[in-house]
Amino acid sequence: MDKITTLDQVLARFQDGMTIAIGGFAGVGSPLRCLELLATSGVKDLTLICVANCHPFGSFDLAPLFANHQVRRFITAHNGTNPEAMEQFRKGELDVEFYPMGTWIEKLRAGGAGLGGILTPTGIGTIVEQGKQKLTIRGRDYLVEEALRADLAIIKGFRGDPLGNIQYRRVAANTNPVVATAADWTIAEVNEIVPVGAIEPEAVGTPGVFVKGVVQGHTFEEQEKLFQDLWTRGGILKA
Amino acid sequence: MDPREMISRRAALELQDGEVVNLGFGMPLAVVNFIPKDRDVLLQSENGCFLFGPTPRLGHQDSDTANAGSMPITLRPGASVFDLATSFGIIRGGHVDCAILGALEVDQEGSIANWSVPGRAPGMGGAMDLVAGARRIIAILLHTDKTGEAKVLKRCTLPLTGKGAVDVIITDKAVFQVAPEGLVLTELAEGMTLEGLKAITQAEFSVAPELRAYRLA
Repeated sequence: MDKITTLDQVLARFQDGMTIAIGGFAGVGSPLRCLELLATSGVKDLTLICVANCHPFGSFDLAPLFANHQVRRFITAHNGTNPEAMEQFRKGELDVEFYPMGTWIEKLRAGGAGLGGILTPTGIGTIVEQGKQKLTIRGRDYLVEEALRADLAIIKGFRGDPLGNIQYRRVAANTNPVVATAADWTIAEVNEIVPVGAIEPEAVGTPGVFVKGVVQGHTFEEQEKLFQDLWTRGGILKA
Repeated sequence: MDPREMISRRAALELQDGEVVNLGFGMPLAVVNFIPKDRDVLLQSENGCFLFGPTPRLGHQDSDTANAGSMPITLRPGASVFDLATSFGIIRGGHVDCAILGALEVDQEGSIANWSVPGRAPGMGGAMDLVAGARRIIAILLHTDKTGEAKVLKRCTLPLTGKGAVDVIITDKAVFQVAPEGLVLTELAEGMTLEGLKAITQAEFSVAPELRAYRLA
């Protein structure tokens, strides 16, 4: 079995009107090369599922997709890091469906795990309740939130092998393990492609069964430099 | 002293030794600088780790190690990393002892609003889960806004983050405990009188018999 694929083959997967779930958390653990590809592909009318919008310093990861007006609907817990997306939402050009972050991740987990939905107390007493079923179980109120799935998922890992096994690193795992499960087709972008057997079994964060294609992204060294430059420019890192 | 620093210093005093703590985005993050030395707390970053440390120096950062604002952090010995479903299970499942949240408004029922203003809805992020799950919620905010309007209200006017969920309100002028019967003033800032406080507070409140001066240490 060889799931190693190329960016050209990933490009062929993009269709207008698709629902695409993207792993990562505001740029960290985000599939940056695939996002660049999506932004230059010209596909439009997308429903994008991502936990938050772009890195606060803007202009990479999700930002170009909104700048290009490729996104019709955004399903997320937070849109505030992207002024362009906030403006499109305000003007009614972009439909944003907000969920509390814990609800967002559980809807996707349910979607990947064969569950119809979840019961959560989060949002009771707020506008999040609107339009949703409420159940009382043992005296506590819960909102019924339905499972969420995508046509395509694009995740980011540290290392991947030809069986599709993905190893994560540090805090870059974040949403990727759940997002990987909740789509009809999952592409995993990795820093390093390694041979079968190179990833210890207990180090596999996403078993290969969830992954249809593994593609080379930035090397770890390239990624380190990218973030060092970003954080230095932003005045965050000092010698 | 800068009012925000006052609030951060006072909020840090709420944290007990050994507590599992989540600091919300904005003003709460500064609390980490004022945690008393004799108290060891387990800080959680909602994007998936425990025991994060200070900002690394240039050259010591790691592109895979950042907080929920995507800014670089360090991990202390004994740190753990986990995915977002686990992180929010920790938050929603009652495993966080204390959450400190910035607020736009709080009210006399202990409700908090911090995620949406008219014309600008950034999104609720993790705040609503923290409100639903953390065992103790500390709301921090400046007592009045830029135009001098009260932010400690009878009833929040902005979309709520959580209804009746706050336990302690800390502003630069006062500390209130939220009791079943309403707000109880327990600390008053130096130079502030009760009348002066009532003039800038819309919420009704009672005064604790043991009212004391605002603590900074």
